[in-house]
Amino acid sequence: MAGYTYTVFILIIPLVVFLITGLLGMKWKPIVSGIIGTIGLGISFTLSIITAITYFWGGSHGAEGFHAIIPFELTWLKFTETLIIKMGILLDPISVMMLVVVTTISFMVHIYSLGYMKGEVGFARFYSFLSLFTFSMLGLVIAPNIFQMYIFWELVGVSSFLLIGFYYTKPSAVAASKKAFIVTRFADLGFLIGILILSFITGTFDFAKLTEPGTAIFASAASMSFMGISAMTWAMTLIFIGGAGKSAMFPFHIWLPDAMEGPTPVSALIHAATMVVAGVFLVARMFTVIHFQAPDAQEIIAYVGGFTSLFAAIIAITQYDIKRVLAFSTLSQLGYMMLSLGVSGYGGEEGLGFMASMFHLFTHAMFKALLFLGAGSIIHAVHSNYMYDMGGLRKYMPITHITFLIACLTIAGVPPLSGFFSKDEILVAAYNHNKLLFAVEYIVAGLTAFYMFRLYFSVFWGKDRHYHHTPHESPLTMSIPLMFLAVASIFAGFLPFHHLVTSDKLGFVTEMHYAIAIPSVLIGLFGIAMAWILYKKESGVPAKMAKSWGILYTATYNKFYFDEIYLFVTKKIIFNYISRPIAWFDRHIIDGFMVGIGMTTERISYRIKGMQSGQLQHYAFMFVAGTLALTLSMLYFLM
Amino acid sequence: MDLGQFILMRHELLLTIAALAILVAEIFTSEKNKSGIITFALGLFALVTVVGFIPGETGNLFGGSFQSSQLTTFMKNILNLAVLIVFLQAEGWLRKPENADKISEYFILTLATLIGMNFMVSAGDFLIFYIGLETATIPIAGLAAFDKMKSKSAEAGIKLILSSALSSGILLFGLSMLYGATGTIYFADMAGLISKDAMTLLGFIFFVSGMGFKISLVPFHFWTADVYEGAPINVTSYLSVVSKGAAAFIFTIILFTVFKNIVELWQPMIYTLAVFTMTLANLFALRQNNIKRFLAFSSIAQAGFILLGIIGFGELGLTSVVYFVLVYVFTNLGAFGVVAAVHNASGVETISGYNGLYKTNPMLSLLMTLSLFSLAGIPPVAGFFGKFFLFTAAASKGYYLLVLIAVLNATISLYYYLLVIKAMFIAKNEEPVAWFRSTLAMRISLIMCVAGVFIIGFASGIFEYIRSISQLFLN
Repeated sequence: MAGYTYTVFILIIPLVVFLITGLLGMKWKPIVSGIIGTIGLGISFTLSIITAITYFWGGSHGAEGFHAIIPFELTWLKFTETLIIKMGILLDPISVMMLVVVTTISFMVHIYSLGYMKGEVGFARFYSFLSLFTFSMLGLVIAPNIFQMYIFWELVGVSSFLLIGFYYTKPSAVAASKKAFIVTRFADLGFLIGILILSFITGTFDFAKLTEPGTAIFASAASMSFMGISAMTWAMTLIFIGGAGKSAMFPFHIWLPDAMEGPTPVSALIHAATMVVAGVFLVARMFTVIHFQAPDAQEIIAYVGGFTSLFAAIIAITQYDIKRVLAFSTLSQLGYMMLSLGVSGYGGEEGLGFMASMFHLFTHAMFKALLFLGAGSIIHAVHSNYMYDMGGLRKYMPITHITFLIACLTIAGVPPLSGFFSKDEILVAAYNHNKLLFAVEYIVAGLTAFYMFRLYFSVFWGKDRHYHHTPHESPLTMSIPLMFLAVASIFAGFLPFHHLVTSDKLGFVTEMHYAIAIPSVLIGLFGIAMAWILYKKESGVPAKMAKSWGILYTATYNKFYFDEIYLFVTKKIIFNYISRPIAWFDRHIIDGFMVGIGMTTERISYRIKGMQSGQLQHYAFMFVAGTLALTLSMLYFLM
Repeated sequence: MDLGQFILMRHELLLTIAALAILVAEIFTSEKNKSGIITFALGLFALVTVVGFIPGETGNLFGGSFQSSQLTTFMKNILNLAVLIVFLQAEGWLRKPENADKISEYFILTLATLIGMNFMVSAGDFLIFYIGLETATIPIAGLAAFDKMKSKSAEAGIKLILSSALSSGILLFGLSMLYGATGTIYFADMAGLISKDAMTLLGFIFFVSGMGFKISLVPFHFWTADVYEGAPINVTSYLSVVSKGAAAFIFTIILFTVFKNIVELWQPMIYTLAVFTMTLANLFALRQNNIKRFLAFSSIAQAGFILLGIIGFGELGLTSVVYFVLVYVFTNLGAFGVVAAVHNASGVETISGYNGLYKTNPMLSLLMTLSLFSLAGIPPVAGFFGKFFLFTAAASKGYYLLVLIAVLNATISLYYYLLVIKAMFIAKNEEPVAWFRSTLAMRISLIMCVAGVFIIGFASGIFEYIRSISQLFLN
C-alpha cells in the first residue's frame, strides 16, 4: 500500500511550477516558463501512467475487486472528534483513470500551447494559470473526502475564471469569465448545502465511509424529509446541482459556449476534457449513495442528461463559430455521460451504465481535446473563428485535416474507433432501463454525426476563401499533440474498461450488442451522408432549408433565447424588485450605522489622546489608579 | 547532587556561554575588526537556537525552584527563534559606523535579558521568577537608551527604568504578601494554600498589575508607546515580541497553576483588562503616524487578544496562548523587519513616508501587507488561526460577549492596518522611498517570517503538538 506515496508528487509538481512561474515568471524570458511548465507536467504525466499501470495491472485486484488505496492522508483541521477535515489522496479505479485523463490532456495542451501561444502577451502568466488549474483538477479527482473535493472544486472554478478571462483587455472575454464564474458559483451553493445535509446525516465527509456497501450511516435519514421529499433525495439532488453547474447541464449550460472566449488550448483542456467532466465525476463518485439512498435523484440525473444532450445537439447544427459548435457538442456528450449514470444499476452487468459513462468520459476527453486543438490549429492559420471564413483547408493543412477527420469519425461513432465502443455501451445501458431516453439518444447520435461533418466539410472542403495569407500547417509543437491524441482516439476503445472501471470495482464480461450497435452506426452514417450532400460542395440548399424552418431556425440559432431569458430574469426582475430595495437599505441604514460607528470611534480616539501625555508621573499615577480599580472590582466580585 | 542534572538548564547554560563567548571575542578583536563580532555572534546564536531544538530530559532542579517541561522547552525555543530573527534584522543597523564600538554590548545585553526570560519561564518558585524578571528588565533599559546621543532614545531608557522600578516594586510587594499569607514561595505548595482572604487577594492583584506592566495591558501600558518610539527599531521589535511573549507565557503558567483555586475571581478581572486593553489600544492606534508608535499600540491590542486565551482557563486556553505567541513572533517580526529595512535605507519612520512604497519596493510592500493581514487575522495566514483559537478558548468557557467585543476590535484594527497598506499601494507620492536592496541577513530573516506565517497556519501538526505538551504540563 505504501508503494503509492509517490503519487503525492503528481500534485505537488504542478503546484510548485505554479508558484515558481507565478512569482518569478516576469524575471526571465516567457518561453522559460513554458518549458518549466511542460517538463513539470511531463513528469506528472509519467507518474500518472505508472500509477495507472501498477494499479490496474499490478495486483490491486482482490476478491473484493480493486482496493481503494489511501497512500497519503493528514488531518488538516480537527474541530471535534467527529468534525475532522483531512487532506489526502484516494486511489480507486475512477480516480486513477481521471489522473490519466487530466495529466494526458494537460500535458498535450502544455506542449501545444508552446506553439499556439507563442508571442502572446502574458505567455508566462498563461503557463502559471495552466499549472494552477492542473493542480486543482488533480486535487479534485484524488480527493478522499467530499470536503477536500469541494475546496479543489472551487479552485478549479477560479482557475477556469482566470483562463477564460485571459485576454482581459477584451470586454467579451471579461464578460464570459464573469458569467462562467457566477453561474457555476450559483450551482456550487447547491453543492455546499448538499454537503452540509449529507454530513449532518452521516457525520462523515469520507467517501470510503459513504460508499461502503451496506453501511448503516444513512439510518437516521429514513425519518427525515422536507416538503414531502426525503432528506437524502434533497442532499443528492443539491449535490447534483453543483455537478450540473460545472458540467454545464441544462439549465446551467449558458456559460459554456461563452467560455470559448478563452484561448483555444484552454477550451480543450478545461471546457472539453477535464473540468466540465467534474460534474460527471462527482456523480460517479457518489454513485452508490445516489443509487441506493436517493433513486429519485438518479431519475432526475437521467432526464437532465438526456434532455441536455438533445437540446445541445440541435443548437450545434445552427452555429457558425467552430468553437461554439464544439462547445455545444461537448454539452451534448456530457449529457450522454450523465444519462448513462442516471440509468445505471449497481454491480456486474447491471452497472453497465456506470462503466459506459466512465468509458465515454475517457474516450471523449481524447477526441474532444483533439477536436479543440485541431480547431485551434485552424484558427491559428486563418485568424477567424467562423466557418464562412474557411474552406478547402485540406490542401494546406494535411496533418490537421487527417487528425480532425479521425476525431469527427470517432465522435460520430464509426467503428472501430473508440467513440463507437463507449457510445454503444451507453445506448445499451439506456435501452435496458428506459426506452424513451434510448430513443432520444439514437436521434442525438444522428445529429452528432451531422453537425460534426457539417463542420468538417465546410472547413476542409468547398472553395478557398480570401485568406490574409496562405494558410499553412501549424508548427511541430502543435501537430505532435494532434497526432498523439488521434492515436489515442483510435485505440482507446480497446481498453478493457469493463474489467477496470465498474460500479462495484469487480469487473464483468460484456459483449457487442449488434442489435443496437448496427442501427446506431447506420444512423451515424446517415448523418454523415446528409452533411456530405449539403455541405461538401457549396450549394444554396442549407440556406434555403434554414429559411423554410423560419422562426424555429432563428430560435435555435439564438440558442432558444436562454441567455436572454436569464438576463431578463436577473436584470429586470431580480435587480429591480429585490436588489434595489436591499441596496437602498444597505446604503442608507447599514452604511449609515457603520459610518456612525466610525465617526464615534474617531471622536473618542481624538478625545482620549491627552491620556498619553508623555509625562512619567502621570503614567505612574495611572498605574496606581489601575491597581486600585482592580482592587475595587475584586471587592465588588467578592460581594 | 548529580551534576548531570544540569542538562535540564541547557538553554540557560548555552545562552550564558554564548554571552561570555561574545564578551571574550570582544576583547580579542582589534578596533578595526569589530564588525566581525556580528558574524560571530549570529553564527553562534544560530547554533544555540538549533541545539535548543534537540529534545532532552525534563524534570525539576533545586528542590522544585527550577522546572523544565516539554512546554517550557518549547516556549524557550520560540523565544530563541524570535531573538535569532531580531539579530538577523539588527545586522545591517549594527554595521553602521556610529554603532561600531557598541556591537558586543547589543548582543550581550540582549542575551542577558533572554537568560532572565528563560529562568522566568522555567521558574518553580517566586524567587527565581522575580530574579528572572529583573534580569530580563534592567538590561533592556540599557538597550532602549542604545542611541544614547539621541534624546528620544535616552528618554526611552529613563522612562523604561523608572516605570519598571515602580511596577517591580508593586509586584514584589504583592509577592511578599502572598508569602506572608501562605508561608511559601514554591508554586506547587502555594497552589494548595491560596484562599480568598484579603492579603492573598491583594497580593494577587499587585502581581497582576506588575505583570500587566510587562505585557503592557491597559492601564499599565503607558510606557509602551514612548519607549517603543524612542528605542532603536531592533530593540523595539525585541521588546514587543520576545519580552512580551515571555511575560505572557509565565503569566499564563502562574495563573493556570498557582492561582487555579481562585479562577472564578481572576476571570472577571482578566475580562475587564481584555476589554479595556483591546479597545483603548485600538482607539490610540487609529491616530498614529509614527510607524513604531503605531506598532506599539497594535502590540498592546494583540496583548488584549492574548487575554482571551487566558480567560479560557484550561488546556485549550494554554495551547491557544502558546500558539498565538508563536504566530505573533513571525507576524510581528515580519512587520518590524520591513520597518527596520526601510529605516536603515532611508530614515523614514512615518506612515506617510510609506506612501508609494509599492512602486519602488514591491517585495517589501507585499511582505508588509502579508504581516499586517496576519496581524489583523485574515485567513488563510497564520494570524487568522492564532486569533481563531484564542476566540475558541474564550467561547468554550461561555464568554460569548467578550468574543463579540474582540471580533469588533479586530474589525477596527483591520481599519488601521489597511491605512498602512493604503499608503503603500494607493497613496501618491512625488518622492517615495528609493529602491534599495536589503542585506542578506535581513532577507533571510524576512524569508523566515513569511515561511512561518504560512507554515504555522497550514500545518495543523504544530497546533496538535502544542496541545499535547500543554496537556502534559497541566496534568
